[in-house]
Amino acid sequence: MSAHLPLWEVFLRSRRGLEHKHIGSLHAADPEQAMQYARDVYTRRMEGCSIWIVRAADIHASQETDGASFFDPAEDKIYRHASFYDVPEDLKL
Amino acid sequence: MPEGNWITRAPTLRRKAVLLAKVQDEAGHGLYLYSATETLGISRDELKDQLLSGKAKYASIFNYPTLSWADVGAIGWLVDGAAIVNQISLCRTSYGPYARAMVKICKEESFHMRQGYEVMTVLANGSDEQKAMAQDALERWWWPTLMMFGPHDADSAHSGRSMKWKIKRQSNDELRQKFVDQTVAQAEYLGLEIPDPKLKWDPKREHYDFGEIDWDEFRSVLAGAGPCNQERMDARRKASENGNWIREAMMAHAAKERDRSSAQTPEG
Repeated sequence: MSAHLPLWEVFLRSRRGLEHKHIGSLHAADPEQAMQYARDVYTRRMEGCSIWIVRAADIHASQETDGASFFDPAEDKIYRHASFYDVPEDLKL
Repeated sequence: MPEGNWITRAPTLRRKAVLLAKVQDEAGHGLYLYSATETLGISRDELKDQLLSGKAKYASIFNYPTLSWADVGAIGWLVDGAAIVNQISLCRTSYGPYARAMVKICKEESFHMRQGYEVMTVLANGSDEQKAMAQDALERWWWPTLMMFGPHDADSAHSGRSMKWKIKRQSNDELRQKFVDQTVAQAEYLGLEIPDPKLKWDPKREHYDFGEIDWDEFRSVLAGAGPCNQERMDARRKASENGNWIREAMMAHAAKERDRSSAQTPEG
């Protein structure tokens, strides 16, 4: 009988000044071990200077099926884009 | 596994450090691909069980033995070289998690190929004995490497569907041709001879012609009758069994830590 190790998502900051980005996932017993695995799996060649670990079960994701009600309403609000407005071409607006 | 055989016997500390780094990369590549596969809705435990029970296939090239140090060079040069040809094509596969894993893998594979070619270069320019070792390794690994690309397009069971769904972007025969075309000059530079009397440049096709693969050998290794199939399966099962206690201990430790920290949480 093998022990079931939970899944963790790994976020990596490639260098100072940039944001953390999702890089992959791994299985580990606890955050400490997940952190060490993340270092071994995702930063063997100086790919990062900071790691975030999040238990995959703690992530709440929007669902593909919710797409229409969730994101489509933004489509009819074109006045939120700068290109919606007519302004004199010569002026630096 | 094939290269594991030579970690403790690498000829210098530099070669040993390089081989260790390569093997660590390969373990990482396995993890990337398992993660990608898990996105299809199967658990890591199920995948591992399938590997250990023999239900899941693995690359048949691992069923060949590494008889001399030159085999480590030949594996890096030829096997990883062939893998790169495949993987570069798969960076454009239609399944996102697979494609993203391949991009990460490709970034690391070229080191693997180069270290192997460097090993071959040193041996090919060494004593007569060393050169013979390099030639022998090339002769044993050449055909199994060509088999890595799979059956001819016409005989490939899943190719049609995979191409239609754009999981595969180039056919087995196209990729195999690409590998042969790029490898011939590399063998010539080493002064080594590829073991194929039919290998010849065709100026009309602008490709190398090459001989037919022994498909009986291909099928027999795939069916489990290769030189090391049993040994590789036994090694995996043993590694898994021997690692069980530590996974269980880690889970027990994590559970204890959680209990301890919740007991210490001050009241609200």
